[in-house]
Amino acid sequence: MDINWANVFEWSSLLKCFVVGGLICIIGQILIDKTKLTPARILVIFVTTGAILGGLGIYKCVVDFAGAGATVPLTGFGYNLAKGAIEGVKETGLVGAFTGGIKAASGGIAAAVFFGYLASLISKPKMKKQ
Amino acid sequence: MEKIGKQTIKFNNPPTITECAAIVGPKEAQGPLAKYFDQTLDDEFWGEKTWEKAESKIIKETVNTVISKSGVSSDQIDCCFAGDLLNQCISSSFGLRELSIPLFGVFGACSTFVESMCLGAMCCENFAENVLCATSSHFCSAEKQFRFPLELGNQRPPSSQWTVTGSGASIVSKSGSGPFITHITPGKIVDMGIKDANNMGAAMAPAFADTLISHFIDTGRNPSYYDAIISGDLGHVGKEIAIDIAKSQGYNIKSNYNDCGVLIFDKAKQDTHSGGSGCACCGTVFSGYLFKQLKERKIKKLLLIATGALTNSTSSQQGESIPGIAHAISIEV
Amino acid sequence: MNPIETKQTYQEYVDKKSPNSPILKNCFNAFWVGGLICTLGQIIMNICKERGFDQTMSGTIVSIILIGISAFLTGLNLFNKVGKFAGAGSLIPITGFANSIVSPAMEYKSEGYVMGVGGKMFTVAGPVLVFGISASILVGIVYMIFNTQTMTLV
Repeated sequence: MDINWANVFEWSSLLKCFVVGGLICIIGQILIDKTKLTPARILVIFVTTGAILGGLGIYKCVVDFAGAGATVPLTGFGYNLAKGAIEGVKETGLVGAFTGGIKAASGGIAAAVFFGYLASLISKPKMKKQ
Repeated sequence: MEKIGKQTIKFNNPPTITECAAIVGPKEAQGPLAKYFDQTLDDEFWGEKTWEKAESKIIKETVNTVISKSGVSSDQIDCCFAGDLLNQCISSSFGLRELSIPLFGVFGACSTFVESMCLGAMCCENFAENVLCATSSHFCSAEKQFRFPLELGNQRPPSSQWTVTGSGASIVSKSGSGPFITHITPGKIVDMGIKDANNMGAAMAPAFADTLISHFIDTGRNPSYYDAIISGDLGHVGKEIAIDIAKSQGYNIKSNYNDCGVLIFDKAKQDTHSGGSGCACCGTVFSGYLFKQLKERKIKKLLLIATGALTNSTSSQQGESIPGIAHAISIEV
Repeated sequence: MNPIETKQTYQEYVDKKSPNSPILKNCFNAFWVGGLICTLGQIIMNICKERGFDQTMSGTIVSIILIGISAFLTGLNLFNKVGKFAGAGSLIPITGFANSIVSPAMEYKSEGYVMGVGGKMFTVAGPVLVFGISASILVGIVYMIFNTQTMTLV
């Protein structure tokens, strides 16, 4: 199958993605520098915010506008979980609320666990030289 | 040995610091004091499988070095005081398990080195001929226990400090030609409510000032009596705070005061933010650098005050503040 | 002025005395690195779409590839350097989530593969899954309550 590279590098969508993704990261940076929250807490805040905004239907507008600029940050992970749960409810009712979320995010979670295990097999932590 | 004032002990027959030794890790080896240490390591594992094992090896080799340098054979050493930062002080206990010298494990966080020397000096006034005092810390094992995995891509705030990898050991003897331990001032716990684990200097500075001022009141001395007043690991941030607090209590220490955490790293080149910390910070800087300065009579009267933050990861997760402690030891040649 | 008069005056004094993070520089670096990671994700997603995958599948492929890259860089001891430079720019994208799983896995290898790697893998990222999954289940239940026509209960 031929790939239309003009579609892949469509600059306006890439620019929107860059700006929105960058802005979401700036919010995170301000939280790090101003509140002294630990990284784990910041990640929790982002994923929960994403799930709630996803449930309210707000985050979908951001995703439609910025694509990966909204789905790649952890808010997008939360949004993905919430979207999966809602779709699960539509398909199978209450059980879907429990299965849908992880089903939608399963690829990412499984990849992180597997690659984490793999990295621990072949690699050793090193001291920061700087 | 007699108590003077509220909390200072004066020695009638001042014990001698016979010999000192220090081994440091690769980062300290790039610092300004590198040439004063007995041995510098090329990598943080030193041929061991884990950082904890490496730390044990460092303290073990440092103790062997100080014993062989001093000419005191190990069966002439009556007891040993040692401690470190890892849970239940495993690096010193594991490092010294083949030593066959009676061991008192001590924990004073980063003040352990001076705490050991205080206890060692008191033993020398009583029953002991020679006492060994040792301490160690390791950047990687400390990060693992107190903070985050090494490979986690987080940013360190500018007030954070860098745990020194290394070990310092000294032998304190009943008789000898100096330098002499004339006074010790064990410190009280001082907690000013600081909760930020990335700002240990600020948490410990009030304890430093408390011990410093108690020492001056008890002995009737003032800051100009000493050629140098050195704190353990307050770092750049804590050093400024300590000067301010002492000044507000009427003691100007600006001209002859410095900090081991400031001395051991080059702030401009080494990106260690507020400077060094850890048991080995005071231990290696004293054993490597300050002891040689005393021997060469470049410093004649030294007040060494090691500071410790008595905290662990559970207490900080439970929202507790960080209690500080500082022990002072007055050394004259 | 006496900085240690009370705990409160000391806290205020310390806040004034301690150096602040260079927030403008940090935000700038976070912006462009974070933006770049997202753009890389978008390019991968566009390629997937050109290949005929649907939106959901493309999103999953993007996640897996970015997580793979992040795990690879962490394994090469490089991610912490990126993270030190970019801060939230590499933490907030899915790369930061991957790094927070891979880094403890490597760190606790010395305690064995079962209790070390397996047990400690989620020390940093565990809360993300706990709160993310719990929030999504709540969202699903709330959605169900407000859309009674889907109340089929299996």
